[in-house]
Amino acid sequence: MVSGLINENPVVYERKERRARSAPVETDEYAEDLIDQLEIFDILIQYNIKDPEHPYSLEELKVITEDAIEVDDKQSYVRVTFTPTVEHCSMATVIGLCLRVKLIRSLPSRFKVDIRVAPGTHATETAVNKQLNDKERVAAALENPNLVEMVDECLAPSFA
Amino acid sequence: MAKPSSWIPHVEAFVDSSRPPNQHAASLDAIAALMKGGVLTIEESVREMELYLVTTDNIVRSRGILLLAELLLRFMLKPLDVSTIHSLIEFFTSRMADWQALRGALIGCLALLRRKDSVGMVSINDARALARSYLKNLQVQSLALQDRKLCFELLECLLDKFPDAVVPLGEELVTGVCEAIDEEKDPRCLILTFRIAEILLRLFPDPLGPVANLAEDIFDILGRYFPIYFTHPKTDDLDIKRDDLSRSLMHVFSSTPFFEPYAIPLLLEKLSSAFPIAKVDSLKYLSNCTLHYGVQRMEKHAKALWSSLRDTICACSPQEYLFSLDSQDTVSQGNEVAKEALLCLHTILLHFDGLQCDLMFNLIIEDDELETIFNSVSGERHYKDFPIESWRKLNALASILSVSAKISSSCCSRVFEKFFSRLMIIMGISSGASSLHCYRNGNPAVSNELSFGALCLCVELLAACRELAVNAQLKPVPEHDKWCCMLQNVSSSLAYAFGSGIVEAEFCAGMNQLTGRADNFTTARGLEMLGTFPGCNFPITEAVFENILMTFMSIMTSRCEDTFIWNLALKSLVHIGAFIGKFHDSEKELCYMRIVVEKIVSLLPVDDSALPLSMKLKAAADIGTTGLSFMMKINVKLEDAINTEFLKAFGGVTHPKAAENLIHLLNCYSKRVIPWCHENGKFEELASSFAINIWNLMEANTDFNIGIQEQGLLDALAVVMSLVVAGCRDEYQNLIVQKAHAILSSRPFFELMDSEPSIQLEGLLPSHYSVKFCCKDEWIIALFASVVTALRPQTILPNVKAILNVFTVFLLLRGHVSAAQALGSMMNKWPTKISSGELSDTCNLEEASNIVFKISSVLSSGFERKSDDLDDNHMLCHPIDGHNLVQIHAVVGLAWIGKGLLMRGHEKVKDIIMVLLKCLLSLDSPYNLPLSVDSMHDGDGKDMQFLLAKSAADAFHVFLSESDICLNKKLHARTRPLYKQHFFSTMMPILVSSIKECVSSNTRSVLYRAFGHIISDTPLAALLVEAKKLIPSLLDGLSVLSVDVQNKDLIYSLLLVLSGIIVDDNGKEAITENAHTIINLLVQLVMYPHMMLVRETAIQCLIAMSALPHALIYPMRLQVLQAVSKALNDRKRPVRQEAVRCRQAWASMASRSLHF
Repeated sequence: MVSGLINENPVVYERKERRARSAPVETDEYAEDLIDQLEIFDILIQYNIKDPEHPYSLEELKVITEDAIEVDDKQSYVRVTFTPTVEHCSMATVIGLCLRVKLIRSLPSRFKVDIRVAPGTHATETAVNKQLNDKERVAAALENPNLVEMVDECLAPSFA
Repeated sequence: MAKPSSWIPHVEAFVDSSRPPNQHAASLDAIAALMKGGVLTIEESVREMELYLVTTDNIVRSRGILLLAELLLRFMLKPLDVSTIHSLIEFFTSRMADWQALRGALIGCLALLRRKDSVGMVSINDARALARSYLKNLQVQSLALQDRKLCFELLECLLDKFPDAVVPLGEELVTGVCEAIDEEKDPRCLILTFRIAEILLRLFPDPLGPVANLAEDIFDILGRYFPIYFTHPKTDDLDIKRDDLSRSLMHVFSSTPFFEPYAIPLLLEKLSSAFPIAKVDSLKYLSNCTLHYGVQRMEKHAKALWSSLRDTICACSPQEYLFSLDSQDTVSQGNEVAKEALLCLHTILLHFDGLQCDLMFNLIIEDDELETIFNSVSGERHYKDFPIESWRKLNALASILSVSAKISSSCCSRVFEKFFSRLMIIMGISSGASSLHCYRNGNPAVSNELSFGALCLCVELLAACRELAVNAQLKPVPEHDKWCCMLQNVSSSLAYAFGSGIVEAEFCAGMNQLTGRADNFTTARGLEMLGTFPGCNFPITEAVFENILMTFMSIMTSRCEDTFIWNLALKSLVHIGAFIGKFHDSEKELCYMRIVVEKIVSLLPVDDSALPLSMKLKAAADIGTTGLSFMMKINVKLEDAINTEFLKAFGGVTHPKAAENLIHLLNCYSKRVIPWCHENGKFEELASSFAINIWNLMEANTDFNIGIQEQGLLDALAVVMSLVVAGCRDEYQNLIVQKAHAILSSRPFFELMDSEPSIQLEGLLPSHYSVKFCCKDEWIIALFASVVTALRPQTILPNVKAILNVFTVFLLLRGHVSAAQALGSMMNKWPTKISSGELSDTCNLEEASNIVFKISSVLSSGFERKSDDLDDNHMLCHPIDGHNLVQIHAVVGLAWIGKGLLMRGHEKVKDIIMVLLKCLLSLDSPYNLPLSVDSMHDGDGKDMQFLLAKSAADAFHVFLSESDICLNKKLHARTRPLYKQHFFSTMMPILVSSIKECVSSNTRSVLYRAFGHIISDTPLAALLVEAKKLIPSLLDGLSVLSVDVQNKDLIYSLLLVLSGIIVDDNGKEAITENAHTIINLLVQLVMYPHMMLVRETAIQCLIAMSALPHALIYPMRLQVLQAVSKALNDRKRPVRQEAVRCRQAWASMASRSLHF
């Protein structure tokens, strides 16, 4: 295990002004609001999922952005593409796991969740992608108390 | 005197450090009580406690001293003689050296020092001795937080209250204090140390004194704190904010001019740092220091100051077009810095202005950089392709020039000389009267397209000199300054240039945002500035003023399709009007009246003009609000317009849009004109004449070619009528009532009502069913009802019995709620005592309330009707209405009458409640199908019965809810305090027991409906007291009511009540007892299909429930999580979002076993 931090001095971005959702004009009680990009993004940053190494949220580090989310409510499909802060970041799998767990907990069970590292932003891109989208391996990871604790810590509410 | 044995045990208890703190407090209280009762004096206690105060046992001694100190602290207002105080302070002073007992000594000294002169104060000599001992013995920074804080409080008290005692200590004191405060870090102490430093520095103003000598060292200690960097979490209870600390430090910085050589360079350095907060702080400090240090000391920094300020303003000015620099737009951080910098520049300029020979000002005027910016910006023609940097420069330059011009008249003249004349040349505006001539000939001599950069700067300068002139109005008349002359020379051509700029503005659809129309906005603003110059003929002549008004008016009349320009023009006209009113400028007022108000007014009645009615009304109302005389004029014409439209709407020939127009006019009158008049006078004359006019119209109109189906118009008319009447005093109300009554009583149906002394107890007479109300009658009665609801209690209503009859019959036959409301209002305001000299047709409230019987008899006849009653032939007279509709109308009437009685606290309301309850329970009675064999079908009869019971339940909603058209504060209702609470506590047992007894599900549901209405309209505080009894019924009610879709609003309000109980501390117990039932119910409501708010609130309640004790709710966890998982798939987004939070809350109870 490498000692010390993997990315000692990450670039911190100012939080972008939230795209305000226009107030619903129609008051049709039975109309359906589809799950969209912004909603997924809100879920992912709702409790400021934290970087495993730093006290910054993933939003502040631009690990996830709104544009990197693909969603299709009708097909029950979500794909999140995240960008690790450095190429050799060994935390990428943990971040990906956090994102997956967060989405599983927050979306209806009909959704298929696909988590990917942005192409060209990580040294072992394919390996990470494979690991993150392998059902068996994710399930096994969540059996591991240390990992679950780490994930829970990342997902714990913080009020920064 | 108390025996020592009676209180010494308390002392023993206090000094015993092994006992718990609450026993210490109790024994202290006991001794204090003895002293308070005069049984024990401080002197006696000291004598008896001697042993504890001087013993060698450290713990006992320190506790003993602390006890004495605490006692002194409690009796700071008890007089003590000089010798006692002397010996006490001497004792505590000597204890300063005793570090084990320091806490007590500090508290004791503090208690003694804080005493007022009238109850015995510490002498100067003693205070000085204390200060010496303090400086000699205390190592403040080595103490713990609490002791440090006490030390600082003591020091502050010494410096603040005994300056004469401490000043002779001189340098010893200064170095001692510095030592004490050096390196302090806790915010609670820091705020004290800043205060101490401020007082100390002010104590030694002598340039040869210790502060002057040690200034550099002192500043070294204090300067380190700047800028305050304070990252305390917000949830802390310290109650100290960054701003407080920063402000205190600012006072320290400015407290002595000896800091100048050290502070100003530091502040200038921090001004160039990257942190916005450091910049803002530096600017604030700089302003403050300039004020306190004096010009002489600041002079040498002028150059550095100016260049830092210029750079800051240029770097931080906003990057887009601003309304104006003092606009109330939201400021981002950059803007805040720029704003603060301008403020600082203003302070410095103002301070330098009077005293020094324009040192600072010269720097600005002769600044090369400003010159460069001016040259680059003023040439910019089109703002649309402005780069961001240009906006920044433009805003910075404009604001700097504006601030400098506002300083004084001579400054303004210099800015004008340097920049204004050049701007005029760039804009192609020549001076002199020739251009006015050109204008009159309609021959544009100047180029149409103004350079935008120059335009902005020019308008900004105009705004600045206008503000200067407005402020100068308050002072003696200003001599005609140079800038005035310059402005006068160009004013007419300037006004023309602006005017043609805005009149010829191109209109493109979809360009209504400010960003796209900055040039139009700026020209309009420039014109407005010229139009709002104070003074009648100088520098703006009357002719120019008229031209400005005419320009705006031409936009008002011909540019209505371009709403942006139109609104700009209207806004400017309103500003000009308000300005005239503010400065009481009679000449301009005449001008305004002639050109603006009369033109607007002339537009009003013509409905075929190009301007839509709604825009005309908006313009008229907006302009009217600028002055009473304008409003009067507009009011007259508005009434005329209402008259005309009224005649058209009701006239023989149909005008399709007349009714709609009339509604617009009436709304404008009720929403804009009446409220304004109410605040600004002349209301009653206007209102009463308006009301009487309407009544005249009603009377005179014989065609009445309009159906009651024009409900919108009737409503608008009724709203205006009740507003107008409610605002009048009773003498005017009497006038209106008499007029209305005269018209009402002239109608043919009225005779019938009048001749019957009262309606028979059995219900309506056949003759009543045969009463024919024509359309006009209905309008008149409805309008009369709106008058009655708005009357004051003391207004006399003539011929009340007949009026009661009219309303009752009208209500029962036609089901008009307004009649019911009028009855309720009459009952509510009925005079309690009737003086003997009254007319014979008055009756007392008891008699009047017999109407309740009359109305309820309609109902009871329904309950008790047997089949052999069917030959009631009057039923057949009105087969369309049917008896049951009459019954429902009767229930509505009872509801409003009951509300009126309930609000005044009259006991008759009990009868009404009994009738209503009977109605509710009638579903169960054996005769519950009174109409089943009638002309209606079986099912219908049953439905009608259910409807009747339901409307009886809804009556309880009427009872307790606030209505805005009847029986409220504005309409002078008599209201007994806490009537809702009272009603709630009397009704609850009755309803709950009937619910328990009831067997049929239908009855249960209506009973719960009534119950729900009462609960949701009663204040939560009253419910919380009864929460334990209430919750089971509430839960049962929710599950019963959730079956029927029609109850969804009620369910929502009940759920809100439930959530109120859940989150309130007083409701916790009741919630805990019923936790499982509540959760079961909420889990069902999470799936409630008919209303999103219900689902959302149910989930929020579940989140709140997750805070209950773990053991209690853990068994429910899986059930909740399953329900919430389903809610994650809800069709509404807010529900899903709440569901995510709820899932998190419930799942995290046992994070290891999340169920996916």
